[in-house]
Amino acid sequence: MDEEYWELRLYVAGQTPKSVTALANLKKYCEQYLKGRYALEVIDLLKDPQLAEGDQILAIPTLVRKVPEPIRKIIGDLSNEERVLVGLDIRPRGSKGPQ
Amino acid sequence: MLDNTSSPTASRPSALPKLPKAPSGIEGLDEITEGGLPLGRPTLICGSAGCGKTLMGIEFLVRGIQDYNEPGVLMTFEESAAELAANVTSLGFDLPQLQAEKKLRIDQVHVDRSEIEETGEYDLEGLFIRLGHAIDSIGAKRVVLDTIEALFSGFPNEGVLRSEIRRLFRWLKDKGVTTVITAERGEGTLTRQGLEEYVSDCVILLDNRVIDQITTRRLRIVKYRGSTHGTNEYPYLIMESGISVLPVTSLQLNHEVSDTIVSSGIPALDEMFGRRGFYKGSSVLITGTAGTAKTTLAATFAAEICRTHGRCLFLAFEESPQQLVRNMQSVSINLAPYLENGQLLIEATRPTLNGLERHLVSIHKLIREFRPDAVVIDPISNLISVGNLSEVKSMLIRLIDFLKVNNITALFTSLISGRNIQQEMTEEGVSSLVDTWISVRDLEGIGERNRGISILKSRGMSHSNKVREFLVTEQGIHLLDVVIGPGGIVTGAGRLTQQLQEQAQLMAAQQELERKDRELERRRRVLEATIGNLRTEFESVEEELRQINHEEMARQQALTEGKAQFTQPLPLQRPNESQQN
Repeated sequence: MDEEYWELRLYVAGQTPKSVTALANLKKYCEQYLKGRYALEVIDLLKDPQLAEGDQILAIPTLVRKVPEPIRKIIGDLSNEERVLVGLDIRPRGSKGPQ
Repeated sequence: MLDNTSSPTASRPSALPKLPKAPSGIEGLDEITEGGLPLGRPTLICGSAGCGKTLMGIEFLVRGIQDYNEPGVLMTFEESAAELAANVTSLGFDLPQLQAEKKLRIDQVHVDRSEIEETGEYDLEGLFIRLGHAIDSIGAKRVVLDTIEALFSGFPNEGVLRSEIRRLFRWLKDKGVTTVITAERGEGTLTRQGLEEYVSDCVILLDNRVIDQITTRRLRIVKYRGSTHGTNEYPYLIMESGISVLPVTSLQLNHEVSDTIVSSGIPALDEMFGRRGFYKGSSVLITGTAGTAKTTLAATFAAEICRTHGRCLFLAFEESPQQLVRNMQSVSINLAPYLENGQLLIEATRPTLNGLERHLVSIHKLIREFRPDAVVIDPISNLISVGNLSEVKSMLIRLIDFLKVNNITALFTSLISGRNIQQEMTEEGVSSLVDTWISVRDLEGIGERNRGISILKSRGMSHSNKVREFLVTEQGIHLLDVVIGPGGIVTGAGRLTQQLQEQAQLMAAQQELERKDRELERRRRVLEATIGNLRTEFESVEEELRQINHEEMARQQALTEGKAQFTQPLPLQRPNESQQN
């Protein structure tokens, strides 16, 4: 159960500063905590606007954790590392939670 | 928005273009807004729960698609597309079908705070993209956002949200779509989140009020920038065919009038009118206490309309059609054939079935469908049970106006309560609205009641001032001839007594005359007899006189002759002469 696989989707709209920051932050966290256990898909809604409806995207940027369930959404430029980890339910490697 | 405030030269209206409007297609709303909602601008519809905000939004879209060929986008923040579709199916709006035809797009925005974590800066570009995509994919001209305030519960950062909403409205305006935004009414403010700050072009307020246990929905246009509009509160209804707004006073008194005369169905009653009937398109009110044959009079009129090949709508608030037909049969008013051939439509409903507004709308609908020449409402006084006086009055004003505009003759009956015959004010105060007012009343005398009919007023023609007694017989209604007794007009048994008395008097006078004739004859004969006697007597006297005369003459002669004999010498003896005397 420890070796869960993470499927992440980041919705952006063009190369706005917020989107760029968010992507950079996300990549950093993933490499740090989920190395080799994640798939990251970046969706640019300017190119594929029809995809916004599926994941109920309103805010940009939005990070969606598709797997593991349940679906979680984190909005904003992901600048607050702690909140992103809590939001994605990722525990740093060092910690030993009961789950 | 910019032009209107900065144009002091508004005195040349023809030169200035009018604010373009998008007709909503909602019955009555376009009349109040003088053309519709502001084209390409946002309109805010606010109201408390259960006002029909969502419905109004959906109807705006559906009518736009069906009537004006303007595709629409519905962005719903509360209900799912399936729920909405199910909710409006009963109104005949087939949303899935419209969606399949690519005329309507429903985008459900689901905001759940529990699954959203906020870190750092963000904006609502996703919403813009979605909406933009929905609009572009079907070429939408109309957008409904129902209810955008739901976002406030989903996003904790109100500052961002507000600036984004402001940006959204600006963006929608730039896109040139006519937008309807619904919002829940707040305490002391029009909307809970103060959306009216951002949407300042047109604000429509819906209200749901319960007075005396009866709900009335009312609509008011709070503001409409750059346009005049009706400012009153207008009742509106949610009906089988959607929302219907009723402008109370928008109709003006400038309808066409007719010079044609319509018979009341009772020749003697017609004769009481100077033009022998009612004007076509006028309104007639029959008032009376209970059991004064108001319904019978109304049915007679209905039958007459049908007999002269007209169409009549009979709205019965007391009796079922079957009962009415049966009861009228008993006085030889045969309505059944007209019912069968479709000339007569009896619509029987309990007044309490609907609120007043709904009654009015259903009457409007019936009239539009049936296209009658005359409408009978029996009785209007029953409507008082579902509304208060002023409401009933305002409803009747609108109804009468509507009928007049359509040149439909209207006949209303109204029950007057109370014993007071002088009470000629109807409860509804409609008497000033009607053109002809007929009063039927009980003429209660000693031990009996009779029915009297009189005309209180008749606009545009002279009328009889008499109270005529009438009978409801097996052959229908009969007006009786006026009988005037010593104390005025007499009715019923009094009338009979009067007639008998007159007959007796006549006979007595006749007999007296004959007696006098005979008496005279007798006296003549007596006199004649007397004259005969006298004549006989006279003759005998005359005879006697003649005899005496004769004798006297003979005596005179004898005397003369005797004297002569004395004076003369004795004649020669003639023996015969002396022997003769």
